[in-house]
Amino acid sequence: MRPLITAVGLLLAWEALAWATGVPVYILPPPTRVAVVLVQRFDLLIEQAAWTAAEMMLGLVLGLVLGATLAVVFAASAGWRRWALPLVIISQAIPVIAIAPLLVLWLGYGMASKVAMAALVIFFPVVSALYDGLSRTDPGWLDLAQTMDAPPRAVLLQIKLPAALPAFASGARIAAAVAPIGAVIGEWVGASAGLGFLMTQSLARGQTPLAFAALVLLCLLGLALYHATDWVTRRLVPWQSLQGE
Amino acid sequence: MTFVVVASPPLSVRGARIAFGDRVVANNLALEFPASRTTCLLGRSGVGKTSLLRWLAGLLPGAERTQPTAYMAQRDLLLPWLGLLDNVLLGFRLRGDAAGLEAAVPRARRLLTEVGLGDRLGDRPETLSAGMRQRAALARTLCEDRQVVLMDEPFAHLDAVTRLDLQDLAVRLLAGKTVILVTHDPLEALRMGHQVRVLSGSPFAVGPALEPPGAVPRDPTDPVLLGLQGLLIAELRSTP
Repeated sequence: MRPLITAVGLLLAWEALAWATGVPVYILPPPTRVAVVLVQRFDLLIEQAAWTAAEMMLGLVLGLVLGATLAVVFAASAGWRRWALPLVIISQAIPVIAIAPLLVLWLGYGMASKVAMAALVIFFPVVSALYDGLSRTDPGWLDLAQTMDAPPRAVLLQIKLPAALPAFASGARIAAAVAPIGAVIGEWVGASAGLGFLMTQSLARGQTPLAFAALVLLCLLGLALYHATDWVTRRLVPWQSLQGE
Repeated sequence: MTFVVVASPPLSVRGARIAFGDRVVANNLALEFPASRTTCLLGRSGVGKTSLLRWLAGLLPGAERTQPTAYMAQRDLLLPWLGLLDNVLLGFRLRGDAAGLEAAVPRARRLLTEVGLGDRLGDRPETLSAGMRQRAALARTLCEDRQVVLMDEPFAHLDAVTRLDLQDLAVRLLAGKTVILVTHDPLEALRMGHQVRVLSGSPFAVGPALEPPGAVPRDPTDPVLLGLQGLLIAELRSTP
């Protein structure tokens, strides 16, 4: 309830500011104007939103699968950890915006480059959270498994991996929060569809209220993706959510 | 005080050295644990009781386990994502021993019933009290069906009454096994142990075997036992 009151308060202040200063609509459109555009151009907006949502979700799935696989490989093999982990860290030192044009060059203006971009920003938080979780298993459990003569593979799959699921869940939640960044940067750099594309197009034509309407939808998409991921990951680790209640 | 000599092979330690870097916990250690009996190792915190037990379990680097052992720690170590029955069967699941697992299911059920959890087979550990969880851990330890059972202060975290109940239960279920139980509670050692041995010094030395009279579990209100408890406390206090 409180966030809603805060949001309404901010919108009223914004509206008042726009009226009081008489700032032109193409600089700062008042919320009422944005709402009108949101309704009038709903068909266009929802079509572009569906495109961006698809990019975000595909990127999220790809990033999660890629990140989880790498984390398990790193946890299972010291050789891979030594050779590939530094590369993964270096890959994060390159700002994603810097490689965005390259990805568009290689993968084209379509969905593939945006999915790749989203997966690229997502996989690192997933790798680091899950790998961290896999290397922090309760030593008591590992001792117990050792006295039971458990083979290393069984220890990884039956103890380390389930024990690391809460860590994976927090990685996945962060990933869901940053997924829109990858997709939208890709669209800003070069695209033929999507909310980011719509924003660049409308801003270039002075249709600022439409750009704001696209931004509102982008915000809602991000929230929906985050909450959906949160819901799924909570069901993945029911023993943890029960402890938290 | 003498060693109990039993026909079946006892668990023995010869010339063992337990050290962490420069800190020597035990040097040239020679110990015999009688077969099918419970030996309680008593000592103050930090003397090296747990290190000795971990050494016997093969959990310390350089330690060689002479025979398969079941291990029960201070914490229950139940896996929170598994139900009780699956937790009790953990060893068979981890070893990927399908035939053994199938054969162990009835035993696991029986053990859980014996520890009073027969109606909670599918429940997750977080729904249980600390005493119930430790009872489930006891069932898991016994389900491994190994002749040697190593226990590291298994009841230290429980309230006094629950602890007495669990001691009785453990003595009943552990009958016939070679048990080495580490504790800092003299009364627990005197109630459960066929033999009680005191660890003291650094590197530690193991005192002679004390064999209290009567069958285990012994009555905690027995004046003889309480007298022995007084002597043990005095001995523990006099050692560093």
